Amino acid sequence: MDWDWQFTFDVVLPQMLAVAPVTIQATVLSFLLALVLGLVLMLLRTARWRIVSIPAGELIEFIRGTPLLVQLFFLFFLLPQVGIVLPPLTTGILGLGIYNSALCAEVYRAGVLGVPVGQWEAAKALNLSPWRTWRDIIIPQSLPPIVPALGNYLIGIFKETPLLSFLAVAELMHAAKLIGSEYYRFTEAVTLAGIFFLVMSLAAAALVRLAEGYITNRILH
Amino acid sequence: MTGRLAAVAALTTFLLGITVATFADVRIFLPSLLQGAAVTVQVATLSFALMLAAALIAGTAKTSPFAAVRWVAIGYIEIFRGTSLLVQLFWFYFVMPEFGITLSAMVAGVLGIGLNFGAYGAEIVRGAIKSVPRGQLEAAAALNMTPLHRLTRIVMPQAMVIMVPPMGNLTIEMVKATSVISAVTLVDITYASVQQNQIHYRTIEIFMVTLALYYCFSQLIRFSLNLLEERATRHLSAGH
Repeated sequence: MDWDWQFTFDVVLPQMLAVAPVTIQATVLSFLLALVLGLVLMLLRTARWRIVSIPAGELIEFIRGTPLLVQLFFLFFLLPQVGIVLPPLTTGILGLGIYNSALCAEVYRAGVLGVPVGQWEAAKALNLSPWRTWRDIIIPQSLPPIVPALGNYLIGIFKETPLLSFLAVAELMHAAKLIGSEYYRFTEAVTLAGIFFLVMSLAAAALVRLAEGYITNRILH
Repeated sequence: MTGRLAAVAALTTFLLGITVATFADVRIFLPSLLQGAAVTVQVATLSFALMLAAALIAGTAKTSPFAAVRWVAIGYIEIFRGTSLLVQLFWFYFVMPEFGITLSAMVAGVLGIGLNFGAYGAEIVRGAIKSVPRGQLEAAAALNMTPLHRLTRIVMPQAMVIMVPPMGNLTIEMVKATSVISAVTLVDITYASVQQNQIHYRTIEIFMVTLALYYCFSQLIRFSLNLLEERATRHLSAGH
């Protein structure tokens, strides 16, 4: 075994740093998509009409019950055939966003269901409008369980972005694979990728804890 | 009740998948997919065994009274949860040979998946051990039980019941995660469907069957999980 420092600094590090923004971009955009789509799915899932809520529930269950990678491949091969030609990165963000929206929908639902029924009744008794009921009563109380769970999904998405390398998206893992096959040296590139993910997810976990503390201190009290 | 629902959902999806496939000239691609499914099942079964072992050892170690043991467990858990599964698979398969350890694709894949999910499982095990009431431990100590006896006779039987549901969900996640195994050159069901798609260009049919198969796997695990949960908690409600 030999670790080549010169190779690390001259070849590996510049190439990895060049694509690191793609990984971050994919993470942030898919997370935003998941947040919005998750809200839509949650509203459909909790709709009053069973003809809407039951299929929505099954759809969520199906998305959660199948692997993300297969969904990514499916989108990647299917979309061009139906006339939608997207860059691989966009397809990847779409796949990551859809997969995680099903998880977010369940988080939202659990958060809203966690608010005691008495709160709804009290809001009604006080004659609050639906808008004020949601804004001042329901959402503030459902945030404490939702925020840490969403934070964990953000870290989860970050760790799922290497899957995009299967679609030839130029992100970190793809760069590591390229370096590996070009120079036939995997040690430095793959180890650096691992260290990058470790540092970023530990930092993100610390941030999520901060956000959690902020929410419980500022909003509830 | 939910168990029966899961079984029905699995069966329906499987039948629907087969129907779609039949109309799409099933013979041309189904055999390859099923061969891939056999690899997926094999990897999933072996990884499950490794995951359980790693989770139990690391989870128990994290509650150990010895700081050194705790720190080893924390190091393992943080490293394997913090880096991505795909990175770990690459590390086991492509980097280990540089250190003089050459692993076959199957061994590298099982090691990667088993150890990665074992790290997540370790947190479940630790949480379950912590949730056993303190009085139980104190009573065991008062009865002069050795630490090992306390763990195996008093703590673990109670912790096991708490572990079952989250471990089941983790197992479903693990089976889904085996889809990345083609990174170490194994042809599992996911990679088989990519290959078949490139040959036959029947994207919808091939991927619907693949998705349906995975969905069946996860629903079957959910079904057996419910059975296990009923069995594990039966003694708790016996008196009522």
